[in-house]
Amino acid sequence: MNNIYQKELKGYFKNVTGFVFIAFMLAVIGIYAAVINFTYAYPNFEFVLTGVSFIFLIVVPLLTMRVLAEERHQKTDQLLYSLPLKLSSIVLGKFFAMLTVYAIPVLLSAVYPLVLSIYDPSGYISFSSSYGTMFAFFLLGAALISIGMFMSSLTESQIIAAVMSFGAMLMSFLTSALANIIPSTVNASFFGFIVLILLAALLVYFLTKNSNMAWISFLILDIPLVLIRFLKSDLLYGALPSMLKAISLFDKLDSFAAGIFDMTAVVYYLSVMALFIFFTVQSMEKRRWS
Amino acid sequence: MIEVKNLAKKYGDHVAVENLSFTVEKGQIYGFLGPNGAGKTTTLNILSGCLAASSGEVLINGYDIYSDAQNAKRLIGYLPEQPPLYHDMTPYEYLCFVGKLKGIPKKELKEKVSEVMEIVKITDVKDRLNKNLSKGYKQRVGLAQAILGKPEIIILDEPTVGLDPLQIVEIRDLIKSLAPEHTVIFSSHILSEVSAICNYIMIISKGKLVAEDTAENLESRFTAATVISLCVKGGGDTVRGVLDGLEGIESYNVTEGGTEGTVDVQINCKDGADIGETLSTAMLENKCLILKLESRKASLEDVFMELVAGDSGTDDAHDFEELSDSEAEQPAVGFEVDADSLLDGSAKSVWDEHMPDGVADEAEADSDEYEEDFERGEDEQQ
Repeated sequence: MNNIYQKELKGYFKNVTGFVFIAFMLAVIGIYAAVINFTYAYPNFEFVLTGVSFIFLIVVPLLTMRVLAEERHQKTDQLLYSLPLKLSSIVLGKFFAMLTVYAIPVLLSAVYPLVLSIYDPSGYISFSSSYGTMFAFFLLGAALISIGMFMSSLTESQIIAAVMSFGAMLMSFLTSALANIIPSTVNASFFGFIVLILLAALLVYFLTKNSNMAWISFLILDIPLVLIRFLKSDLLYGALPSMLKAISLFDKLDSFAAGIFDMTAVVYYLSVMALFIFFTVQSMEKRRWS
Repeated sequence: MIEVKNLAKKYGDHVAVENLSFTVEKGQIYGFLGPNGAGKTTTLNILSGCLAASSGEVLINGYDIYSDAQNAKRLIGYLPEQPPLYHDMTPYEYLCFVGKLKGIPKKELKEKVSEVMEIVKITDVKDRLNKNLSKGYKQRVGLAQAILGKPEIIILDEPTVGLDPLQIVEIRDLIKSLAPEHTVIFSSHILSEVSAICNYIMIISKGKLVAEDTAENLESRFTAATVISLCVKGGGDTVRGVLDGLEGIESYNVTEGGTEGTVDVQINCKDGADIGETLSTAMLENKCLILKLESRKASLEDVFMELVAGDSGTDDAHDFEELSDSEAEQPAVGFEVDADSLLDGSAKSVWDEHMPDGVADEAEADSDEYEEDFERGEDEQQ
């Protein structure tokens, strides 16, 4: 794992990707800090972090698009498969290399609260909530990077990988907004879930190329939903919006900015990370079986 | 060393490899021969652990390539069809990276990498970026990666494709030199290459192993008999009379010759019979002059064609014919050929071509000319 990690890390700084990534993040954080902290004189750096969380839509695909797609494109994955390595160590090595690149701008931006404290003799700055939010911000990015890495493992084209992870970032960015639009009536949730189940069945079809599997998974998920709809429809009242709110990644940052160290959010970020690392390993493994 | 049992690989409905079983012994060079799409790459990918088989078992020194992958892969060096190079690394960095992943201790790493670079002659380009290397050098870097750390088994997938004639000869020599210490398995669709380097030949067609033996054994096993064609000055009946009186003839066929007073004769000899001498004496005694004599023994090509074409039957036969045409154009050994090739000085290479065990190692310089012809032939084919 260590060798892969070192090679990947060097790779990011051999071409411009790593530098562009770091520069872009620092620039956006800098602009927001300049506006929020210095112009409007808010003492809260955590507002900057919640404000800039949209940059993940751009920087995560930039960071993750080549990580596995390029291996496949150059056929170097065959080298990795034929060497005495575990797939999990390859994936983890690459993931930690990306985390390291991502940690650099986050760590550099840790000086902002310190700089602000120079101009804050009366002690308005709450370091614990600033650095707590920064911690959550880091975890959020890490979870999104694991999703991007998974997208990159699905294709051999960097562009497709970038577009897919941008789509995934956008979806998770918009979930809370979407949750507010969806009416909380029973029928809205019912049809919303049916659409989601259809999408899931389609995904099953594309992954397995087996229409029976797709139908079976569609029915397995659909039958309970129909039963609930007609037997205990109360359960569906507002179900879809609250589910979307629950799975939203970006929303959870807000409670940190409000000064709450939300342990469930930390666990959630770590779980998403672990899940998508696992998916990535499986997707790499699947390639050998196709 | 390597045991393969009932290997099968399916891509959806398409069967790439079917019920493949063979064993590989230590210290030998094995050649995988087959037309395009026969399943060579698939098989080698499975052997090296890059691909999982649909069913069957691969044991490397007793380690299963799936359940005991780490131990098994430690014994293998693999060069895939396309050398797996990272474009943004130099060959030196690349080989160090692979060496570390292969678990070579840090102290020995530099030494081993430079040793390997000497062997494949890439020391001159070690500080250029991989992406700027020529195809031949890329192939060599890939080869260096495969033999780095001296794995017991080296698997090479079409290692000479895309190289210039000189490089082909060099790579072939390199493969030969690996033999006593390493077991080498390599694939090719070029018959001459396989017969020149390998101790053992495995012919694979449509995913099935159709023959497996040493080159000589394959020839003798599948050679029906020697075929002699004659052009004789004399009457058809006289010739028939002579031939009837000779032993060692399985069957013959006499037809009118191209010019007045000559006949063409095709003789199928019985197995192992050498009738050349008695035939010419008998003809002379009956005042029939032999104007032309051509003796043709079924070569490895014929064996290859017989096995592969016979097997491929209908749909893929066309594909194969294209391949075999270019191979079959090489003339058989006979009077005519000798004369012709003496004129253009390529007798040695024709000889080379028909000596399966690479008798004429020294004749490399001469054979370059042939290589070029051959390459051209191959290009046209593509």
